[in-house]
Amino acid sequence: MKAPDFAYARPASLDAALALLAEHGEDAVPLAGGQSLVTALNMRLSAPGLLVDLNAIPELTGVSEAGGAVRIGAMTRHRDVGTAAIVRERLPLLAAALPHIAHPAIRNRGTIGGSVALADPATEWPACCLAAGASIVVRGPGAERRVPADDFFQGLYTTALEPGEIVTAIEFPVPGADAVWGFEELSRRHGDYALVGLAATGRRLAGGLSDLRLAFFGVADRPVLARAAAAALEAGDLAGAQAALAGELDPPDDPTTRAATRLHLARVILGRVAAKMRGGSAQEGGPDGV
Amino acid sequence: MASECPDRAHAVAFTLNGETVRAHVPARMHLGDLLRQSFGLTGVHLGCEHGVCGACTILVDGRAVRSCLMLGVQADGATVETVEGLTESGRIRDLQDAFHVRNALQCGYCTPGMLVTAAELLDDADAAASREAIRAAIAGNYCRCTGYHAIVDAIASTAEARRQGRPNAGREAAE
Repeated sequence: MKAPDFAYARPASLDAALALLAEHGEDAVPLAGGQSLVTALNMRLSAPGLLVDLNAIPELTGVSEAGGAVRIGAMTRHRDVGTAAIVRERLPLLAAALPHIAHPAIRNRGTIGGSVALADPATEWPACCLAAGASIVVRGPGAERRVPADDFFQGLYTTALEPGEIVTAIEFPVPGADAVWGFEELSRRHGDYALVGLAATGRRLAGGLSDLRLAFFGVADRPVLARAAAAALEAGDLAGAQAALAGELDPPDDPTTRAATRLHLARVILGRVAAKMRGGSAQEGGPDGV
Repeated sequence: MASECPDRAHAVAFTLNGETVRAHVPARMHLGDLLRQSFGLTGVHLGCEHGVCGACTILVDGRAVRSCLMLGVQADGATVETVEGLTESGRIRDLQDAFHVRNALQCGYCTPGMLVTAAELLDDADAAASREAIRAAIAGNYCRCTGYHAIVDAIASTAEARRQGRPNAGREAAE
């Protein structure tokens, strides 16, 4: 199908983009990488009056580190996020997630900010943000504000973004020397949306794990922190952690995958991630991973 | 910069297969349609038009992208290469020969997208070192004919020939 008619503007600065969004209200939609939005346009699931293309705004791209945080510009392409030297060194969780995001041509064009702003519950970056305790940096008509990932993802394609606001960057705290991480995803075909996935961070102390954040995705209307499972795992009880998931995840039934199947798969990948995070493998899960 | 016109057509200029081109393009027209309709580059195959099938894959600024998921107006200032340009430059001749030799062409509908995806993958020979990596890379391109085996064979043999410094291996086998 073909997209409906719309007007198009490509502002060269963030202020100009925000002014256009303020002027046109809900009729205007920001265009980031377009890998979801242009699909929606082509399928006529979306019919905005004006697209505000963010691709010519240099201040929205790039990866930098300052003040104990890695800042990733919202318009940084998936591929550039996962391959950035700073990310590979400081945030190996994100580098591990990258190959699971769709396909090469999509990763070349799609952006982390677009993915976070869309908040598809089966996608990788929102779960990584949640697991890593990231903050979503948002600009609108007023002052810049930072929203913790815990508060940003509110439901199916629903976030804390207010009308007229756009995501400008994601800020990840730099993990400490004892930090560990894990990432697993199961899908029908490589690059498909996750049946179930898990992005996890924590610290390894004296042979045990602490400060665990287990962010499951593909199992609810948003990425979900499994707190009881994390507590059990910190106590060294993997079976207890897996059992706890039944009380924390309530995946939907869909025509191809029953809720019970997703819950089972969640227990499976929790076992894999826990083994990596506890095992100290130099290849995956440890401080030297990736 | 694209200029706005009352009829919502935008003037764009970009490098297309090595030549500077200009066009007026409605904002709603995706790049695949622009390339086919304004420039006759019908090697850009349109399948699903929502980014799933991969048949419309082209290179923009050296990277594989879905031309159906990029607006024509967004090509302004970019460097665009289609399968026609890659063919004329000879850059993927070994890959095309390998597709021929390995019977990876079949109906041909997926072929341009497969070639472009593989071209990018083969830029990093190490990345194309395993069949598993090749399969992962082309998972975003639908093929209904070969079951992918012949295509994976063709890409793998091209990668191996390039590693060994024998980029003409496919051509020699074809002749």
